[in-house]
Amino acid sequence: MIKVSLNVNGDLVSAEIIENTLLSTLLREHLQLKGTHIGCDTSQCGACIAMVNGRTVKSCTMLAVQAAGAEVQTVEGLSIGEKLHPMQEAFREHHALQCGFCTPGMLMTAVALAEKNIEINEANVRAELDGNLCRCTGYQNIVAAIIAGVKQMRAAP
Amino acid sequence: MINFSYKRPTSIINATKTFSESEDGLFLAGGQTLLPVLKQGLAMPSDIIDLGDLQELKGIEEKNKSIIIGAMTTHAQVKNSPLIQKKIPTLANLAGFIGDPHVRNLGTLGGALANNDPSADYTAAALGLGAIIYTDKRSIKSDEFFIGLFETALDPDEIIVKVEFPIPDKSGYAKFPNPASRYAIVGVFVSSLTTNVRVSITGAASCVFRQLDYENVLSRSFLTPDLAHINIPSDELNTDLHASAEYRAHLIHIMTCRAVASANGEIT
Repeated sequence: MIKVSLNVNGDLVSAEIIENTLLSTLLREHLQLKGTHIGCDTSQCGACIAMVNGRTVKSCTMLAVQAAGAEVQTVEGLSIGEKLHPMQEAFREHHALQCGFCTPGMLMTAVALAEKNIEINEANVRAELDGNLCRCTGYQNIVAAIIAGVKQMRAAP
Repeated sequence: MINFSYKRPTSIINATKTFSESEDGLFLAGGQTLLPVLKQGLAMPSDIIDLGDLQELKGIEEKNKSIIIGAMTTHAQVKNSPLIQKKIPTLANLAGFIGDPHVRNLGTLGGALANNDPSADYTAAALGLGAIIYTDKRSIKSDEFFIGLFETALDPDEIIVKVEFPIPDKSGYAKFPNPASRYAIVGVFVSSLTTNVRVSITGAASCVFRQLDYENVLSRSFLTPDLAHINIPSDELNTDLHASAEYRAHLIHIMTCRAVASANGEIT
């Protein structure tokens, strides 16, 4: 067992875990943050994407101990109380989800994309979605939502 | 996943000491291959020794007409480095097409070279530029580094510290990616260096290799090489569900033409 302390969505948390615990397991089972989803568990689908020190990672492909001392943001950290994050608003507005399983990962990738020095157009958004799989909407509305959400985020003061 | 003890040394000396004290230790770099391997039970180390805190393995600098990149530099850092974009744009581009954005945020240059996946991109860049791999023990030429399938010249306890990539006059990389994994079904790196021309091929065989016939033709004429008459034998090439050996031989020709055209600025 090993003790891990990290900052998750602004809160300092500690957990006593087995060394082989994945970050996704720490988030979901130790911290009860079930918004981070496990889709494939083989590093392909991106439903488990969280932000570690400002970078998106597949939390199923990182040991929790590797994130010791880090600042982690999950999908739960996007909204402020009842007020949705602009990207979440955009997803609602554009009907960018059907079953919603992939949505947490999509949102984290999209929020990270807004911070990158990348021109927002359909081709670039689709390229950035390379690591996120959706099996129901067909991406069309997800891409539209992300373009709108990024514009919204970048326009905000 | 089996359990292991986890160590996070802060110096190379401590890392190798920890390794020597472990029963069956493994070094962890970015983990984007190792974690899936551990989950599948394909490796069962007693100790995971995380190289994430080794400052000696970080940084990007220009020195003596080369770009030197720390082994723990991520693909995203190589992609976004203004220095690499300016001096070896092909390398920055190549890094930007490894895996997906999240893999690139964690996956490292040193990890990719040490793993020597037969379809990796960085192995083609290292061999195609005649890179030198510096470890905690010695320096190894790329020509002597890649031995075979997932096999390198590294000792089990040896750590890649940094990699020196000579700045070429021109270079190009063309890959035919697997549409799902983005691994190269065939990838070809060509470079025109002060001393010679190099052509390296990944994805096609059990290990990255140089194509000397292409190098000879390109040495004579890099601008308008006649590569069509060179026969690429398919005997030693891979056949799998993605492509036959014959198709890979064909792709070697096509990807080489595209890499040369890219190096000559004819296509981007």
